Amino acid sequence: MLYAILCYAHEETVFAWTKEEEAAVMEKLYAVQEPLAASGKLGPVGRLMPTTAATTVRKGKDEALVIDGPFAETKEALLGFYVVDFETLDEAITFSKQLSSVNPGSTSYEIRPFYVFRPGDASS
Amino acid sequence: MTDIAWIDLALASARPKALGALLRYFRNLDIAEEAFQEACLRAIRTWPEKGPPRDPTAWLIFVGRNSGIDAVRKRSKIQALPDEDQISDTEDAESDIADRLDDSHYRDDILRLLFICCHPDLPATQQIALALRIVSGLSVPQIARAFLVSESAMEQRITRAKARVAKAGVPFETPSPEERAERLSIVSTMIYLIFNEGYSQADPRHEAAAFSGEAIRLARLMLHIFPSEPELMGLLALMLLQISRRPARFSAEDEIVLLEDQDRSLWNRPFINEALALLDKALRHRQPAPYQIQAAIAAVHSRAKRAEDTDWVEIDLLYRALERLQPSPVITLNRAVVVSKLQGPQDALDLIDPLGEKLGGYFYYHGLRGGLLKQLGLTGQAREAFDRAIALAHSAAEAAHIRRQIDKMQEEPTRPVAK
Repeated sequence: MLYAILCYAHEETVFAWTKEEEAAVMEKLYAVQEPLAASGKLGPVGRLMPTTAATTVRKGKDEALVIDGPFAETKEALLGFYVVDFETLDEAITFSKQLSSVNPGSTSYEIRPFYVFRPGDASS
Repeated sequence: MTDIAWIDLALASARPKALGALLRYFRNLDIAEEAFQEACLRAIRTWPEKGPPRDPTAWLIFVGRNSGIDAVRKRSKIQALPDEDQISDTEDAESDIADRLDDSHYRDDILRLLFICCHPDLPATQQIALALRIVSGLSVPQIARAFLVSESAMEQRITRAKARVAKAGVPFETPSPEERAERLSIVSTMIYLIFNEGYSQADPRHEAAAFSGEAIRLARLMLHIFPSEPELMGLLALMLLQISRRPARFSAEDEIVLLEDQDRSLWNRPFINEALALLDKALRHRQPAPYQIQAAIAAVHSRAKRAEDTDWVEIDLLYRALERLQPSPVITLNRAVVVSKLQGPQDALDLIDPLGEKLGGYFYYHGLRGGLLKQLGLTGQAREAFDRAIALAHSAAEAAHIRRQIDKMQEEPTRPVAK
């Protein structure tokens, strides 16, 4: 089963990390992902810019409205995501717990199975 | 990152919101600061054991407000509040408070906190010191090191500035839209001052170098609470574009490397991308203003893969727009650089010659003049202008940069450049 694992965090804190703090966390996160990547179970991984860079298009009465900022002003913002291929939910939970334990910035990981997934060709 | 380091960071990032809210409750900066301090101490004691609260800011406001009220009561010898055990389980009350503290409250609280630091009687450096102390929570020794003064001198300066602010009275009534816009503009200027204080440091280990990051953090925070302000997007974009070049701006010998000579592969791409995204958002509002235009100019450079790919025509248009919005000899001086690229050094020189009276005490004026005269092969006059620039340089790196220009002039045989 393909899962999206969505990482939520208090972004004010995460974007206040120094370069060193950021690098230390990233290194640990890579270490968690590596075995998964080696076994071919890791799909695309994305880290999002702060919600200040976000724009939301919301359905309006006639025309859609374009609003500055994220979809919802929440205490915890969506910070990034992983696409993973696991046999069971337990595996996804174990992986999320590992990510959580090395990322002091994260508050929650939401595990959402995919209906449809098309990886496409876009890359930076 | 250890638990304590993590808690420190969480406390620092909650500070502007929490302190701003406490200032609204107590209407007294000293009591608000003490209350926040007390809440932080309790956080350090209880969070490692119980885990961090779901909303650290609301927790700090709740606990800070109680301890502040407690302190005020103790002073007036009335009964104390229940002790820590009884208030540490704040989950319900906390979410209740968080609900009431919607963003419109935070918005004016944080704006007020920054705005009181911008008191017009205070010189710019004191405004910066006060904002870094109060809003960012930097320690007095940290700020003193950055400004190269003794701790006691900085302590005195901040105490005096605070007294000045207290005497002026804190504006507590909810600002009108016009007042809010004016406060926003004054606060934006101060955030940019903080940025430049850090950005002008060649040495990244210098205490003040961290100010740039602090200014970016404050601008992000402001944009969070004013998400549809294109000028805030412009300010944040401008600072991100400038800081993205930091790794390329100084050589290993701490010498200034000019934009056109910088190794562009060293530029910080994520910062540039974030800035370009912000600028796109800002342009949709069609309210051009100085920070947005300056960011747009910086973005033209960031988009050019090599210096020779720079779209000078676009930059010229943007500088003209900036001059119309905000006529200033410094902007004309900057446009002269563009004119020299598009039309040659003589036209640029003609443009800046009338500015001598206003900009005679300005390092860049003489530096640019020297450079243009040098291009025209007028070595003697160039040398004179460079000498004046050196006398006006703010830092060793600036002076060294000009000296290298002079050295190069002596190495190269004089040859007039065709117009």
